[in-house]
Amino acid sequence: MGFNSLVAVCLAYVIMLFAVAFMAERRARRSRLRFLRSPWIYTLSLSIYCTAWTFYGAVGYAARSGLEFLVIYLGPTLVFVGWWWLLRKLVRIGRTHRITSIADLISSRYGKSNALGVIVTLMSVVAATPYIALQLQSVTLSFDAFAARSPEGWALPDQGATALWIAGGLALFTILFGTRNLDANERHHGVVTAIALEAVVKLVALIAVGVFVVWGLGGGPVDMLARIDASPIAEWPLQPGRFAGLTFVSAAAVLTLPRMFQVLVVENVDERHLATASWAFPGYLMLMSLFVVPIAVMGLELMPEGSNPDLFVLTLPLSQGQGTLALLAFLGGFSSATSMVIVAAIALATMVSNHIVTPLWLALRRASTRAPGDVRGLVLISRRLSIIGVLSMGYMYYRLSGGSEALAAIGLIAFVGAAQVLPALLGGIFWRGATHVGAMTGLLIGFAIWAYTLFLPSVGDAGLLPQSVLQSGPFGIGWLRPHALFGIAGLDPILHALFWSLLFNALAFLIFSMLSFPGPLERLQGVAFVNVFDQSPAARSWAQGGVEAEDLLSMAQRILGAREAQHFFQTQASAQGKEGFLPDTTSPFIARLERKLAGSVGAATAHAMIAQLTGGSAVSMQDLIAVADETAEAKEYSATLEAKSEELARVARALRDANDKLRDLSVQKDSFLSQISHELRTPMTSIRAFSEILMEPDLPDALRAQYAEIIHEEARRLTRLLDDLLDLSVLENRGVQLNISVVNLHDLLNRALQSASSTRPERAFRIERDFPTEHMPVFTDTDRLVQVFINLISNARKYCDSEHPVLRIEVRKRGKRVQIDFIDNGAGIAKHSQKLIFEKFARLTDESRAGSAGLGLAICREIMANLGGTIDYLPGQGGAAFRVSLPLRRGREVGAN
Amino acid sequence: MTQRRVLLIEDEPHIAEAIRFILTRAGWAVSVLDDGAQAFARIAGDPPDAVILDLMLPGRSGLEILADLRADSQLQALPVLMLSARGQGRDREAAERAGATAFLAKPFANADVLERLDAITGGGTTACRAHA
Amino acid sequence: MPQPGKPLFLARRSYRRRRLMDAARLLPVLGVVLILLPALWVPAQTPAPDTGRGGIYLFAVWIALIVAAFAIARGLGPVLDAEELPEQGARDPLGTPD
Repeated sequence: MGFNSLVAVCLAYVIMLFAVAFMAERRARRSRLRFLRSPWIYTLSLSIYCTAWTFYGAVGYAARSGLEFLVIYLGPTLVFVGWWWLLRKLVRIGRTHRITSIADLISSRYGKSNALGVIVTLMSVVAATPYIALQLQSVTLSFDAFAARSPEGWALPDQGATALWIAGGLALFTILFGTRNLDANERHHGVVTAIALEAVVKLVALIAVGVFVVWGLGGGPVDMLARIDASPIAEWPLQPGRFAGLTFVSAAAVLTLPRMFQVLVVENVDERHLATASWAFPGYLMLMSLFVVPIAVMGLELMPEGSNPDLFVLTLPLSQGQGTLALLAFLGGFSSATSMVIVAAIALATMVSNHIVTPLWLALRRASTRAPGDVRGLVLISRRLSIIGVLSMGYMYYRLSGGSEALAAIGLIAFVGAAQVLPALLGGIFWRGATHVGAMTGLLIGFAIWAYTLFLPSVGDAGLLPQSVLQSGPFGIGWLRPHALFGIAGLDPILHALFWSLLFNALAFLIFSMLSFPGPLERLQGVAFVNVFDQSPAARSWAQGGVEAEDLLSMAQRILGAREAQHFFQTQASAQGKEGFLPDTTSPFIARLERKLAGSVGAATAHAMIAQLTGGSAVSMQDLIAVADETAEAKEYSATLEAKSEELARVARALRDANDKLRDLSVQKDSFLSQISHELRTPMTSIRAFSEILMEPDLPDALRAQYAEIIHEEARRLTRLLDDLLDLSVLENRGVQLNISVVNLHDLLNRALQSASSTRPERAFRIERDFPTEHMPVFTDTDRLVQVFINLISNARKYCDSEHPVLRIEVRKRGKRVQIDFIDNGAGIAKHSQKLIFEKFARLTDESRAGSAGLGLAICREIMANLGGTIDYLPGQGGAAFRVSLPLRRGREVGAN
Repeated sequence: MTQRRVLLIEDEPHIAEAIRFILTRAGWAVSVLDDGAQAFARIAGDPPDAVILDLMLPGRSGLEILADLRADSQLQALPVLMLSARGQGRDREAAERAGATAFLAKPFANADVLERLDAITGGGTTACRAHA
Repeated sequence: MPQPGKPLFLARRSYRRRRLMDAARLLPVLGVVLILLPALWVPAQTPAPDTGRGGIYLFAVWIALIVAAFAIARGLGPVLDAEELPEQGARDPLGTPD
C-alpha cells in the first residue's frame, strides 16, 4: 500500500468524521435529540480515556511489565461501578451550577475565585501538553511503521511535517465543531457524536487484531495461554506499591483529567446516562484490554529482536501480510489520537478563555466603561486562539522532546499531574469545611512537587533539570534530589512523585482549610455543592434591587446571543406572572441568570459581570442563616414556606399588574372623548377661521389660494382621522375581512421603506438590512402588513433623535413564524411608557405636534392581532425597537374572536 | 399711538396663521411662539400687552405657563386669553382657576377673538373680571 | 394482625431500593479489595508462571464487577427517573425557544 493511498484513506476517514459531526449539529439544531441523547453515545464518548497511549502503548506496556497495564483500566472501573457515590454527585453539581470545566468547578466551589480557576487552568495546560505531543508522535510513528513495511519502499516525508499536518487538521476540526456555539450550555453534539464513532472504530480495530492474533496466529485461547506461560512475560513481577498506586492514580485521573471532566460532566445531558455508563464503560475498557497480553506475547515471539513493542498492534499484522487488518489498526490508532486531542483542546480552550482571557479583558474594560462590549465574540475568538495555542504547544513539545521512546511514561506523568486536583475536588464536594486558602495551598504545593520530581526531569532527553541536580540535589542538598526526596531512594519515580505530591497536597489542603475562615459566598457555595441533592439549587447571593432588568438583558444578550437571552428573560417574566421581556429583578431571578451565564463564561466571570451591574455582590442575612442552619427539617419546612410565599408573590404581582393596567385604561378611556374632541376640533378650527377669512371680499388672490389650500389640507386630515378611528373600531371587533395573498417579505419591506421615505424626507436615514434572510414567502394580508411596516419605519424617521440615524431591520424565521425587528439608534422609549405606547392616543410626549393622533401603534397592534401575530416593544436594544411576529401562513378565516 | 403688541403661543401652524392674519389686520403687532418651554422667558424678557395661550402645548402646558405668570409679581396682571380645543367645561374651569383673563373654545368665530382681546386689554376693569 | 407465613413489612419496595443504594456504595470497596488481592500472593515469589492465571483472575473480577454494576443500575433506574422528570422542562439543555 502506497503512502498516497494511506493518506487518501486518512483523508476519507476525516471527511467522514466531519460529515458525522456536521449532521449531529444539524440534528441538534432542529432539536432532534433523541439519538444524540442516547446513553450509548455518552458511554462511547467517555472512551477518550483510551488514547493512542492505550491503543499502541498498552501492548508496549504489557510487553515490558506484564499485567501491570491493567490497573490503568481497573482504576476507572472502580470509579464507574461506584457511580452512585461520587460521579452522580459530580454530574448533578455540574448540571445544577452549569459548570464548564474542571477549573470552573474548583473556582465556583471556592467562592467563585478566579485565582483558583487560573491555577487549575495552568496546571491542566502544562500536564496536557506532553500528552498531546504523545498523540502526535503515535500517529507519526504509525505512518513510519507503514513506510518501513511498504513493499514499494516509499520514503516517508519529514516526520515533523506529518505531525504538523495532523496538528493543523485537528485544530481546524476542533475550531469548527468545538467553538460553533457558546449558548447551548457548552455542549458539543457534533464533536461528541464524532468521538463516539471513533470509539467504535478503535474498539473494533483492536478486537480485530486481537482475534487475528489469538485464532489466526496463536491457535485459539488454550494454545494462547500456553504461549503466554512460555513467553518472556510469563512471570508477573507485581510490585504491590506500584500496583496500588497506579490503580489509585488512574482512578483519580478519570475524574480530574480536563478532557474526561469535559465528556463526563460538561457534555452530560441526562443523569440517567450515568447508570448505563456505570457498567457499559467498564465493559468497554475490559474489551479494549482483553487482547493486549496476547498481542504482546505474539509480538515478542514473532517480531525481530529490538522492534518497538509500542507498535506491535500495527507491525504484527503488517509482518503477516495482513494489509487490510493493519490499515484498520492504523485507523484505530488514528481515532484514539485524534479524539483525545480534540476533546482535550476543547476542554483546555474553554478553561483558558473563561479563566484567563475573559477576566483579563473585563478587567481592562472596567477601567474605561461600565458596560462591557460584545463578550460573545471575544469568548469565541479567544477559544479559537486557545485551541490553536494548545495544539501548537503540543507540537512544539513533540519537536523539542524529539519523540521519546516509551509512551507509557508520558501518560503516567500526565495522570499524576492531573491527580493533584483530586483533594480540592473531593474535599469541595464532600466537606463543607474546605476553603479557598486550603485548596489554593494544596494545589500549588502538589503541583510544585509534581513538576520538580516528575515533570521537569522528563522533558526532553536529559530533562530540564541539570544532571547535577538529579544526581546530588540542588546546591548539593542530598535530601532534595528530585527522585529521592527526604533521602528515600529506590522508589519507582512515578510512585515516588505520586506519594509525596499528593501527601503534601492533601495535608496542606486539610490543614489550611481548618486554619482559615471562608468568606460568605464561599460558605454559600460550599453548602450548595456538598448538599446538592437535598437543596433547591437557588443559592441566593444577590441583594434585591438596584439593577434594571433592561441593563441585565442587554448584558445577557452580549453573552448568550439575542435570541437565547430574550427567550430566557421572557420565560422568567412569565414565571413571575408578567408580560413582556423584563422580569422583576428579584434575587432568585438574578441567581438564575448568573447560573445561565456561568454556563457560557464560567462561574467566576458570570459572577463578576453581574456584580458589576448590581454594584457588588451582597450576601444577605437570610443566606447566612441558611448556611448556619444545619437541620434538615428546618430546611424542608422553610423550603415549603418559600414555595408558598413565592406562589403568593407571583399571584400578587399578577394582580397588581392587572390592577395598574385597569387603572391606566380607565384614565385613558376617560380622556378618550376629550382626546377625540381635541383631534377633531383642531383641524376644524383652521377650517372655520380660514373660511371666514375667505368670505371677506378684499383678500388678495395669492392669499386666497394659499388659505384655500390650508382648508383643503385640514379637511383631508380630518378625513384621515375619521378613517383611522373607523379602521380601529373594525379591527378591534375582529370584523375585518382579510385579503390573503402571497408575497416575498423582502419585496414587502422594500415597499414599506419606499412609502415611508416621504416622512421627514430631509433626514438621511441609513437602513441596515440582511437581504438573504428576508427572502421568504408570507401568506397574509399583505396590504395590512405593509401598513404596519410603514408605520414603524415612519415612527423611526419621526422620532429617532440620533444625529446619524440608523434603522436596522432583522428578519428571523422561527419554525412556522417569522420575526421582524425594527431597531433604531435613538434614545428609545422610557420604561414607564413602554406599556402604554400601543394604547389609543398614547403619545410619548403628552402634547405632540407631529400632526398624528397617536393611533398608529394602536392600529398596528390590532392589525397584527387580526393577522394572528403580535407586535411588541423590545427593550434593551440601545434604541427604540419593535418586534413584529406573525405566522408565515395565515388561514383564510376571519380573525378569531 | 403705539401699536398694541400681542404674543400668540400656539403649536398648530395653521391656527396660528389664521389668528395672526386676523389680529394683524385689526392693527395688532403679532408675534408667534410654538413651544411652551420658552414661553415664560420670552414673556418676562419683553412683556407684551396681551398673551393668547393655547392649552395643549409641547414642552410646557398652557396651564403651567399661566401659573408661572400669575406667580410673578410683574406679570400677575398681564391679560391672558386662553384657547382650548378640548372644549369641555373642565378646561374652562381649570383655565379660570389658574387665572386666565378670558377663555375661548376652538373652533371660534374670528370676530370673537378680536372682541375678547379688545375686552381684556381695553381697560383695567375688564382685566380683573375673570378673577371674580 | 400479621398473617401467618407473610412477614409484616411496609414499603417493601423502597426498603429494597435503599439496600440497593447501599450495595452501589459498597461495590467499589469490594472491587478495590478484589483487585488488590494479587498483591498478597506476591506472584513474583511463586515458582510457576503467573501472568496467565493472574490475567484470568483479574478479568473474572472485572466481569463480575460489570455484571453487578449492570444489576444495580437496572434496579436504581426508577429512582433516577423519579428524580429527573420534574426538572426536564426547566433544564432543556438546548433551551430551544420554539
